[in-house]
Amino acid sequence: MAMLKVDDINVYYGAIHALKGISVEVNQGEIVTLIGANGAGKSTTLRTISGLLKPKTGQIMFEGKNIAGMAAQNIVKLGISQVPEGRRVFAHMSVLENLDLGAYLRSDTKEIKADMDMVFGRFPRLAERRGQLAGTLSGGEQQMLAMGRALMSRPRILLLDEPSMGLAPLLVKEIFSIVKDINETGTTILLVEQNAHMALSIANKAYVLETGRVILSGDAKELAASEEIRKAYLGG
Amino acid sequence: MDSSSLIVQFGQQLINGISLGSIYALIALGYTMIYGIIRLINFAHGDIYMVGAYAGFFATTMFKFSFIPALIFSMAAAGVIGMVIERVAYRPLRNAPKIAILITAIGVSLFLEYGGMLLVSPQPRTFPVLFESEVYNIGGMVINSQQVVILVVSLLLMVILTYVVNKTKMGKAMRAVSFDTEAAQLMGIDVDKVISFTFGIGSALAAAAGVLVGIYYNSIDPLMGIMPGLKAFVAAVLGGIGSLPGAMLGGTILGIIEALVSGFWSSTFRDAVAFAILIIILLWKPAGLLGKNIREKV
Ligand SMILES: Nc1ncnc2c1ncn2[C@@H]1O[C@H](COP(=O)(O)OP(=O)(O)OP(=O)(O)O)[C@@H](O)[C@H]1O
Ligand SMILES: [Mg+2]
Repeated sequence: MAMLKVDDINVYYGAIHALKGISVEVNQGEIVTLIGANGAGKSTTLRTISGLLKPKTGQIMFEGKNIAGMAAQNIVKLGISQVPEGRRVFAHMSVLENLDLGAYLRSDTKEIKADMDMVFGRFPRLAERRGQLAGTLSGGEQQMLAMGRALMSRPRILLLDEPSMGLAPLLVKEIFSIVKDINETGTTILLVEQNAHMALSIANKAYVLETGRVILSGDAKELAASEEIRKAYLGG
Repeated sequence: MDSSSLIVQFGQQLINGISLGSIYALIALGYTMIYGIIRLINFAHGDIYMVGAYAGFFATTMFKFSFIPALIFSMAAAGVIGMVIERVAYRPLRNAPKIAILITAIGVSLFLEYGGMLLVSPQPRTFPVLFESEVYNIGGMVINSQQVVILVVSLLLMVILTYVVNKTKMGKAMRAVSFDTEAAQLMGIDVDKVISFTFGIGSALAAAAGVLVGIYYNSIDPLMGIMPGLKAFVAAVLGGIGSLPGAMLGGTILGIIEALVSGFWSSTFRDAVAFAILIIILLWKPAGLLGKNIREKV
């Protein structure tokens, strides 16, 4: 049974029909990626999974439970954590306070402390800047903070929305290797990316979205090799 | 007037101004907190202050509470009423256009004012004397025990509030929600609960101001919240809406300006001059004295 099964959801912004029957499956331990052009509905899919939007129809099953329409905080409680597009760190708070907020639903002080050390181990640049206001961090550091913050809730599955956005190539590589590493230590990942090349290189499975629909899906390696994908998303 | 009596006079107005200003500050804090969290100018906030004054009045006259229990009772009662108002009137409109919720706030304000008249009669009431009034003389300036109580209570409440907002988990959640509601939701923060809590705290502070004013001026009536509510709103804008230290500063400045104008010139021009100075400050610093240019919510 899939860990997360998005089943034929339809999502609207007022009159705009943004998702037209999207279905996505993620198995435990996998990295699954959603790729597609601007406005395809990638972020909308993640936002709906996280409970920020309610699907008009369709189901979202997480470990056997329908979470469609559930309040966002309860979805976090079940173990789904999201790093939103644009990072959305709390700019006027320190790095430490941001990480504390990531652990908002937990009260196991000792374990939280241990997880914070784990985050600092993974992102040494954050450790050096723990007292600094998040708004004064560089783009790459903010991305790391947003990821560290999401990890502080000890998610079973991590939803990442364009973690490479606006970063220099070297940093993109670093972020992707961290994503891979997070996955290898047991966290399932659903990754939204514009950078299809990088995403397909680390993912097990991929879905290609276009104007609110899944137009292609399958094994990431096979998709990366397919003529269609190469032309449309990988620049030939 | 020679210069030494001028200094005494100035000091005297400063004392009066700070007492009055701390009342404005207490009300302004609620305005600014509620604006910070849901970007609503809660027009009913001044009326909550009136409700608090009446709660204090009935606590002392009917239940024979002394000052501190009456203050706590009033703050708790107004806190609950503030939370109920949010739940019933504002929450259903949270995703509606801004103008709808603004008009609802005006409706709630009128409801409290005229519902209040119906319930407790439009007649002003004499607020009971809760402690012996003593007058202290410091180098020619006089300060009475009411003013001391106002200062001590307001200061204490502001210290507690600052602690709650900066150091507690709920305070951190409040700051997170007011900065970015969706990001806060993604942290697992129950936004409804945080908003409700904010209304509770803001209303309780306004109620404390209501009781303190009852003690200071001895008289309360159902429309007593209109002017102070308006002024506290201006104080919040002056300090930088959304900023807690800004509300405290804005309230105090407004109180001092008013006292100085009435003391040195005429109380007729008090409000006109006060508002003119505020307009000048805002032209110079549109975001308010301590305001940051907060990101508008989409
Ligand atoms: N708040 C909103 N109100 C109205 N329409 C919206 C809103 N957010 C997104 N949309 C629309 O929904 C569709 C899907 O948008 P979405 O943000 O999910 O795309 P995306 O695939 O994440 O794009 P990008 O790669 O640019 O981030 C688009 O047509 C967009 O215009
Ligand atoms: Mg997007």
